[in-house]
Amino acid sequence: MSDFTHDAWGIYIAVITLVSIVACGVLLRAFSTKRVAPGEQIDTTHHTWDEDLSEWNNPLPRWWMWLFYITIVFSLIYLALYPGLGNYAGYFGWSSRGQYQGEQEKAAATFAPIFDRFLKQDLKTVAADPEARQMGQRLFLTYCAQCHGSDAGGGKGFPSLRDNDWLYGGDPETIKASITNGRNGVMPPQGAAAGGDEGAKDIAHHVLSLSGRTHDSLRAFRGKAKFTTICAACHGADGRGNQTLGAPNLTDNIWLYGGAEKTIIETIMKGRGTNMVARGTSVMPAHKDILDGGKIHVLAAYVWSLSNVGK
Amino acid sequence: MSGSETPRIETPEAIELYEVRKKIYVRAVHGWFAGWRVALVLLTQLVFYGTPWLAWNDRQAVLFDLGARKFYILGWVFWPQDFIFLAALLVISALSLFLFTAIAGRLWCGYACPQTVYTEIFMWIERFVEGGRLQRMRLDKGAIDPRKFFLKSLKHAIWIALALWTGFTFVGYFTPIKTLVAEVATGGLGPWETFWILFYGFATYGNAGWMREQVCKYMCPYARFQGVMFDPDTLVITYDAYRGEPRGSRSKSADYRAASLGDCVDCGICVQVCPTGIDIRQGMQYECIGCAACIDGCNQVMDKMGYTRGLIRYSTENAIERKYPETSIVAHVFRPRIIAYSVVLLAIVVAVLAALYFRSPLKVDVIRDRATLVREVEDGLLENVFRLQIMNTDERPRRYTIAVSGLEGLKVVVRQPVEVAGATTEAVAVAVRVDPVNIKPGSHAIVFHVADSDDPRVKADEKSRFYVR
Repeated sequence: MSDFTHDAWGIYIAVITLVSIVACGVLLRAFSTKRVAPGEQIDTTHHTWDEDLSEWNNPLPRWWMWLFYITIVFSLIYLALYPGLGNYAGYFGWSSRGQYQGEQEKAAATFAPIFDRFLKQDLKTVAADPEARQMGQRLFLTYCAQCHGSDAGGGKGFPSLRDNDWLYGGDPETIKASITNGRNGVMPPQGAAAGGDEGAKDIAHHVLSLSGRTHDSLRAFRGKAKFTTICAACHGADGRGNQTLGAPNLTDNIWLYGGAEKTIIETIMKGRGTNMVARGTSVMPAHKDILDGGKIHVLAAYVWSLSNVGK
Repeated sequence: MSGSETPRIETPEAIELYEVRKKIYVRAVHGWFAGWRVALVLLTQLVFYGTPWLAWNDRQAVLFDLGARKFYILGWVFWPQDFIFLAALLVISALSLFLFTAIAGRLWCGYACPQTVYTEIFMWIERFVEGGRLQRMRLDKGAIDPRKFFLKSLKHAIWIALALWTGFTFVGYFTPIKTLVAEVATGGLGPWETFWILFYGFATYGNAGWMREQVCKYMCPYARFQGVMFDPDTLVITYDAYRGEPRGSRSKSADYRAASLGDCVDCGICVQVCPTGIDIRQGMQYECIGCAACIDGCNQVMDKMGYTRGLIRYSTENAIERKYPETSIVAHVFRPRIIAYSVVLLAIVVAVLAALYFRSPLKVDVIRDRATLVREVEDGLLENVFRLQIMNTDERPRRYTIAVSGLEGLKVVVRQPVEVAGATTEAVAVAVRVDPVNIKPGSHAIVFHVADSDDPRVKADEKSRFYVR
């Protein structure tokens, strides 16, 4: 659309518009009266429909004519007040963007007092408030449910928020920090270090044993040594994870990407959160630029309440 | 169809193609049809002005709450999802219009249309203040003096007061009218309430006070398409030209038949009483709103002259042309067109009443979670997550249980029962689990069954899909 950016086009459009409006007025004036010769009759419109139906060319009511003139006056007033005449922005300077911002400000002013009330309370108090939880649920369904599910039960790669198992910590302030600043948990690929598929399989059986699941104890024994050298740095020697790094606890039978042998091997071999296109991302986006402080506050309280209130 | 006579041009002058409205001074008339109109004006206005003041339980009986999208009519609460009922109402209205028009012409126009009704009321006020037809004509011709100024001011003041009350009542269907009274009293009307009260007030004042027959002649589409609903057996207001012509004035005692005159004494009453200013003796015209004032007017004259009533009467085109006697008009009402309209109308009315009677106060929408298509939970079960939008259109709280069917061993994971407050919506996240051992991967049809745990007749079934991987 860069072809029509020159100012002259605005003038061109404005001139055409104004000339057309004036022409309508002139046309209306010219056709308000008719000169007729003596004895001449104004009879029908000379159109015939349905074989014999014709229409008298009777005068129209005068107030119709005034309506036509009013439309002309209206169009001129409209073009003076609102954008439409070429590049002229109109006296009011209205724009759809301005209207949107105005409505946003109005909504903020309407809802700010409600959120301000909760902002003054600490998160656990907010979580105990049924109204806040109701608001939190609506906010959750709008902003969080796409990844974490409507029931906050999560999905593959998206942690459940109701099982009281936390990657980064489950106290209210940490949850708030997770929402505000986001998280990025990366499990690097360890295929080479593990010694290929067989080595990875050994580690996987050790990991399965940590959660008390069916496993090959010989493989698990072999895997334990590798686990200590390769995995323990993040997941800890006992596999209980590290919330500072966001390394999951591997002993609680809760699986972010799946707990089947095959899936665990894949996780070890290829890592997680390293190749967004191939295996999805493990990024929790920062919401500080998307949601204001009040919404994040209420949301954090709601998420905390899912595993701490009413259970 | 043509009403006006051909404009004949005498001098080579510029003629106006936009004609100034000639004010019509309608002469008051009494009679059977005029009585009906008074009754219907009073009835329709009692309903219109009175309804907003009725209470039902603790709320206004008829209230259209646009902000909350809830439409209260007596015991019913309609939601936008019930729009079909409005469509049905419009279909019923249209079909009734077709039926009544096919039987007896523009009954709606003559007796019930708001334009007629308000014009009638405004003319009563006009007559009360300024006097009868001749007095009004004299008053308009005279120069402005204190008396004329007073009468005109009084008339417009009453008109405007009534118009504002009409606008106020109209808005009272959308904002609770008692709230509205308080707002008017304290000057706290909202900008839109103010606008609509003034707008409807202005429309009433302008249309009933000033525009009058212009609305029927130049604005109303019904006036223009009524022709297709008429047939030669439709009862219309007609002048019996066979009996009336040749018209002419005569003394009451004269033997007018010897002077080869018809029954029409050419007194012009039928024209003077016509609210649209036409002469019914020119035949059927699109301007005729079927008010039957000319029948009442002519009958008065016939009585005075000692002639039989009904020179202008309700008759059919065929009867007036003597194709069948007047006595068989009723028999011609039962013609295929009328029977067809009646059957269709009756069928729709019955269907709508049945639908209203069986209308469930429960509506459910099922929305699948898309991101978590399917997930594995403990014990190798597969889980799908759904969001159930449970709408309780009843005004009292209800408790619902949620069940699901369609696959063997399906289980619902949700805290039951779900309590939904009166006239609100609750979004409930529902997880559905199944053991995938004997189920092949892919999409399977399932059905959610939501039922009131206290009243099992209130239930809704909604289809959805369950994915197995």
